[in-house]
Amino acid sequence: MTFHDKLLALDRRWVFLVLAIFVILPILPFVKFSVPVTPVKEVREIYDFIEGLKPGDYILLSLDYDPGSMAELHPVAYAMLEQCYAKKLKVITLTLSATGAQMVEEIVRDVADSCKIYHGFKPERGIDYVYLGYKPYPGIIILGMGMNFRIPFPQDYYGTTLDSIPMMRGIKNYDNVKAVINLSAGNVSDMWVADGNARYGVKLALAMTGVMAADYYPYYQSKQVFGIIGGMKGAAEYEKLCKNPGSATDAMKAQVFAHVVIIIFIIIGNLAYFLGRRKTAQTQESE
Amino acid sequence: MEQTASMATQIWTTVGILLTFCLFSFLYKDNPFYKFAEHLVVGVSVGYWAILLYYNGINPNLFSHLFVFTNDPTTGAEFNTWKPKFDELYYLIPALLGIAMWTRFSRKYAWISRYPLALYLGISSGIAIPVTMKNNVLTQLRGTVVGLGFDWSTSGFLGVPQSIWDIIVILGTISSLIYFFFSKEHKGAWGGAARLGIYTLMIGFGATFGYTVMARISLLINRIQFIRDWWNMIS
Repeated sequence: MTFHDKLLALDRRWVFLVLAIFVILPILPFVKFSVPVTPVKEVREIYDFIEGLKPGDYILLSLDYDPGSMAELHPVAYAMLEQCYAKKLKVITLTLSATGAQMVEEIVRDVADSCKIYHGFKPERGIDYVYLGYKPYPGIIILGMGMNFRIPFPQDYYGTTLDSIPMMRGIKNYDNVKAVINLSAGNVSDMWVADGNARYGVKLALAMTGVMAADYYPYYQSKQVFGIIGGMKGAAEYEKLCKNPGSATDAMKAQVFAHVVIIIFIIIGNLAYFLGRRKTAQTQESE
Repeated sequence: MEQTASMATQIWTTVGILLTFCLFSFLYKDNPFYKFAEHLVVGVSVGYWAILLYYNGINPNLFSHLFVFTNDPTTGAEFNTWKPKFDELYYLIPALLGIAMWTRFSRKYAWISRYPLALYLGISSGIAIPVTMKNNVLTQLRGTVVGLGFDWSTSGFLGVPQSIWDIIVILGTISSLIYFFFSKEHKGAWGGAARLGIYTLMIGFGATFGYTVMARISLLINRIQFIRDWWNMIS
């Protein structure tokens, strides 16, 4: 058995083991180094837009993901919500992901609590922010909110009618919010672009998992969305802009090592494949 | 600020760690621990979904229009009593349509389910077709072509004038479409354009693959961070 035969027959569990080692090592507590993170234009545009809003402006954050996508979208949700609270914006939050309902409630509460520690004030529920909760069938909900938030959400997550919530008085539909930021781990982003942006002209930005990101860049180029935060790298860039380094920034160290290892494995795999192909061709020629 | 996790948090986080290891054990080979964790996830998810959809879907959208529910005044238990309401009886129509969907389980009456399905598909198509045409065809087409403003002063990606990138995008789009046009043999100039198309598609697939690798590694990193934070918590 030649060297490249051995490489091609390598048990894939060795690949898992090597990758695991190179992911674990960089994020151990005693390993101290950082990776430079440079925010790209499409991430910066979302940050600049929120920074440009005035205190009291309304913004809608649709956190349409579940615990399975926490790794990539939680850092954005935390950094963006804290930015909105710190800017004293009125934040309407909701989720169109069934298994995200309780998780989003925790984010909204956590960030409000941490504002007291880091910004010296605690945003109040019903005055500074509202959490509408979850409703099934995202497309219909997005269309319904275009007419009136009260159609799909007559009450908030806690059962309070929207008209009894001080910050929702006089707030009818998308016309009353400056923008919608959709954090999504599925096709809800398509619905926001189609039903929110195309039908109602909502000013829309997207934050999404890495798997989805490449598919949504055409919407950015055609200006259907004004910004895109793609995957954990986008999340780290947003944390950097907010000067709020968190789990995404921490993870970039492991990302760099993991990518180097994967690239090396791809090179080795291709080398073994081409060597094997050349050997097969030589054998056929000699026959 | 130093915070101490409660005993309940420590116990549940430890359960989470054990389940994480159960799932990772599949990387070595299939085993009963992995099967247990997998079935637990599916079971918990189904139970959670069922309750959530009842309280956020069926109950507020249907039952609350047909019945008056009252909580027990002493214990506060939900829906202690209920009585029918007659002022919104038209809600029975969607209820009947919903029930009709369940006839699919009967060979004899499965035809009834075609009526709610036909209605659902009709409404969905009516909403989706014009929006999709505008969103995914017309606006995308405009985004591809109108960008060609011949603005040589604006610096784009890698410092190259944006107009160069605009021309590359148009060439890439047209050549990719040519690759999928099979009514004419891919030979000569047409074949060259199709070859350019396949290169463009490969660049697209490469970008998607790169993002997918990052996404999968992100999930692994998140679990490692979870284990690291648990270790810090218990020690």
